[in-house]
Amino acid sequence: MTHKKSAISKLKPGWGIAPVIAFLVIWEVTARLNWVPGQFHFPAFSEIVKEFFNLTSSGVLGENFAASLWRVTVGLIAGSIAGMMLGIVMGWKEIAHKALNPIVSLFLPIPPLGWLPLLMLWVGINEWLPITIIFISSFFPVLYNTIAGIKSVDKDYVKVSRTLGASDLKILTTVVMPLALPIIFTGLRLNAGHAWRVVIAAEMVAIPTGIGALMLRAESLIRIDIIIVCLIVLAVMTYFFDKLFGYMENRVTARWY
Amino acid sequence: MPDIQLKNISKHVCSNINLDICNGELMVILGPSGSGKTTLLNIIAGLTEYQGSVLFGGKPVDDIDASRRRIGYLFQQLVLFPHMNVKKNIAYSLELKNLPPDQIEGRVDELLRLTKIKHLSDRYPKHLSGGEKQRVALARALAPSPEVLLLDEPLSSLDLQTAKYLRMEIKQFQKTLGITTVYVTHDLSEAEEIADRIAVVHNGNLEQVATPDRVFFFPESEVVSDFIGAPNILDCQHCRELEQGVVEANCGGLPIIVAHEGNSINRIAFLPSDIFLSESRPPGPGVNRFEGYISHIHYTDDAARVSVDVNGQQLVAGVPFHLMEEMALSPGKKVYLILKLRRIRVYDCSCSDRTHARYRRPAGINAPFPVQKEPVN
Repeated sequence: MTHKKSAISKLKPGWGIAPVIAFLVIWEVTARLNWVPGQFHFPAFSEIVKEFFNLTSSGVLGENFAASLWRVTVGLIAGSIAGMMLGIVMGWKEIAHKALNPIVSLFLPIPPLGWLPLLMLWVGINEWLPITIIFISSFFPVLYNTIAGIKSVDKDYVKVSRTLGASDLKILTTVVMPLALPIIFTGLRLNAGHAWRVVIAAEMVAIPTGIGALMLRAESLIRIDIIIVCLIVLAVMTYFFDKLFGYMENRVTARWY
Repeated sequence: MPDIQLKNISKHVCSNINLDICNGELMVILGPSGSGKTTLLNIIAGLTEYQGSVLFGGKPVDDIDASRRRIGYLFQQLVLFPHMNVKKNIAYSLELKNLPPDQIEGRVDELLRLTKIKHLSDRYPKHLSGGEKQRVALARALAPSPEVLLLDEPLSSLDLQTAKYLRMEIKQFQKTLGITTVYVTHDLSEAEEIADRIAVVHNGNLEQVATPDRVFFFPESEVVSDFIGAPNILDCQHCRELEQGVVEANCGGLPIIVAHEGNSINRIAFLPSDIFLSESRPPGPGVNRFEGYISHIHYTDDAARVSVDVNGQQLVAGVPFHLMEEMALSPGKKVYLILKLRRIRVYDCSCSDRTHARYRRPAGINAPFPVQKEPVN
């Protein structure tokens, strides 16, 4: 008996855009007809688009977006590299895992934003504050996924590499690390989302530039349209970062998994 | 190629194992699951710590790391590197030695041809069948020209047909290369097919080391006998050839017809499951049919073992439980036995002893460990 595909599963991927368009149309209509309750004016989608171009042409959005992007990129890369380095040591050397895991476990449950008051005093209210927060929020997921990734590699791979003449370092770099990559990438993708969430919060609380700061200023001026523009930029960036890491993972592992 | 000696080896279940494996020999370590077979292989490879001493070519290698013992190890799960294609998998050990690329390519090409997988060289392991993976794993293990080859149930995941074919190929490679080989399995027929000698291991003890025929016809302990299926083994006093390929052997007063060339049969053996048991006299010619009285019934996990006294000889027949109930067998009852002609195994002392003699310890057993020709990493 042949399995018949349902009509929905036959849809081309491009049709995924249809619900989004429907949503935007409903938004436009409900806003124009003033159906949205609340004391402030709820802008239609067309107004948001207009404001997006205003903010872009005046350079306000670009400037704040660049500030946030820079912080996310630097914090994310530094935190991920540091997490991966410590994760490799802890995953590969049992003694390091035994020694450091209790300490790491103590720090892990602290929400990244919980560090904010302390860091405001230590680091000061400057460019390094959001970067440090993002560093902390990136560090732990990559650390844990690197440890898990390395530990998940079947010990027989290590044994067979040894019988083929590989040193410990060679086994780590040529066999264990590549095989741990899929799990490490899961940590990196998680981080990408976390980083954008954290940078907004840090900018709202303490820093006068960035998308978070722009949103807070818009709130004080009751500019709902600007707030929504910022939210859309955030959603797109988080989505883009997730896809970017997904693409990188696919490039690395697609041929063999 | 060096011979291998295990001296007073102890680890986990294994206790005080002493075993000599000759230069160029294919030694099968045979035993049930959990008997310590893989542990012994890992000890020879240097992949686990142990008490006692392992010698290659008379020299202890206990302080030499697995990466420098010059062994090729074929794991049960094969563990091909999934992130490398076939060529890269095979070249792995050669690249570690920093050999020049053309030399690596030449060697990989040679192994691809030897194992008949040249057409697969660019594929990744996930696109290979079980048998193909097996060949790649074998080529990878042979790539660094090891002096000892260790195989841990390498064919257990394959279908019977492919396994049989590959078993013959492995044996052929082993003989061509003259490489000292230790092959672990729990399958008696696999061991008999491939082994020069078999070491039977049970609960970490070495029960018997002998040629396959010797193990089958002269089990040295009840454990070995049970493991090979507790065969009926009869000494034969004389035999005569009836016609080409058919011999009548007189074994303890029982005339047994067997398919065999020559007339120097020393022993015959058949498994309990190869005896039919009947309550009434079976029709047809009276060849290999006997009558006797049940002397004892013993129940095992899979069938009942019925001991029958036939002219003073005790023959044990394996009877499934449902037939036991149907036939209402009990000690003292008269029964008829039929031996399956094709299942009777013959030990011919004139040829079997010759096989055994091949693996007496050679004079040069304490020869120095061969000088390593290639740099090791």
